Amino acid sequence: MSGLSVLALTGAGLIGLGIYGLLAHAQLLRRVIGFNLVGSGLFLFFGAAGAREMPVDPIPQALIITGIVVAFAASALAVALITALARATGRATLPEESERS
Amino acid sequence: MTLALDLGLDLAFGALILATALAAVAGQGLFRAVVFFITYGLLLALVWARLGAYDVALAEGVIGAGLTGVLLLMAQGRLRRADALADPPARGKLAAALAGASVTAALVWAWFTLPLPQRIDLDAPMAASGVENPVTAVLLNFRAWDTLLESIVLLAALVGLWMLARDAEWRAPLGPGFHARAGGVLSVFGRLLPPVGLIYGVWLVWAGADQTGGAFQGGTVLAAVILVAMMAGLARAPRVGAPAWHAALAFGPGVFLLAGIAMIAVGGGFLTLPPEFAKPVTVTIEAALTLSIAVTLALLVVGPPEQQNGGGT
Repeated sequence: MSGLSVLALTGAGLIGLGIYGLLAHAQLLRRVIGFNLVGSGLFLFFGAAGAREMPVDPIPQALIITGIVVAFAASALAVALITALARATGRATLPEESERS
Repeated sequence: MTLALDLGLDLAFGALILATALAAVAGQGLFRAVVFFITYGLLLALVWARLGAYDVALAEGVIGAGLTGVLLLMAQGRLRRADALADPPARGKLAAALAGASVTAALVWAWFTLPLPQRIDLDAPMAASGVENPVTAVLLNFRAWDTLLESIVLLAALVGLWMLARDAEWRAPLGPGFHARAGGVLSVFGRLLPPVGLIYGVWLVWAGADQTGGAFQGGTVLAAVILVAMMAGLARAPRVGAPAWHAALAFGPGVFLLAGIAMIAVGGGFLTLPPEFAKPVTVTIEAALTLSIAVTLALLVVGPPEQQNGGGT
């Protein structure tokens, strides 16, 4: 197995870990971390695919840079929503199904 | 021998990255999760450099690890002040693990099965792009539409974030209010770092035309300069509506749009750069964009206006 495959599979593993964090955790800040792991794992997978031939393909690189910036903007908005929820209700978790009226 | 060493390095990096990501997802305590996430981002930046994607390595280091790290650390502080750090144990672990593992398995299958795509030949368009760094040419010339809309997405995110302010706090300065202890680490570094960061940030943008770097990486370094200056008490956080800050926010997308329209007049089409104008137009858009990216990213980290109730950060 080549080094490139190792990095691509690392990316695939990160996406799985991120999805786990996104689904299993109730604390919303942890979900933002999970979301970011999915994003950066996907970028790594995509970037490794663009590096299979030398020199590294610039088009995936440009798209990944755009993706990193947009993921940051989305994270900032998510964090602001979580903070507003915490200030209004005193918690940063969503209500359980049974608590909804 | 070197091949085996290379593979060994990749294996070590892969294992370290997966371990820090696991610690960020499943480790005890929110603060520790955030710290592991920052470590993870820095390791990832090293891997991007190993792949030869230096522009991405810089972006991941400054935005993915740096700015996102500060954002999450500040969020952890805000949740602590709102007494909302409760971190209930994970539920439905088996189902979540199955969902994650099946996506990973599908991607592993895809990696070994999917054929190599036909590569787009960039040699001829590169010669007409006026710049040497192909990533910059893709971002600001070949796929300029993406980048124009991205700069507007950043603005939309900031507007959305401001909308979350409470009515009573709308006129308050942005952010939680920063207090640096006089003579402390932050106030010393706060005076040392901004000039260095300023030079490095501007250099990254200028060099980005022909080498590694660009508006996003340079703009992020400048955003960090603004943040450090605010945190060290050298600059005050603005209020919503401060005209100079609003002008800085709109300047980049505005120049980008106008340059795009001007290209129709000189014979190209919207955002189609004729070779004889390509270099000056690219550099102008990049410079304008850098200012707006720096201010927008910094204000995204600072957050909505907040009444300062005397508490520290």
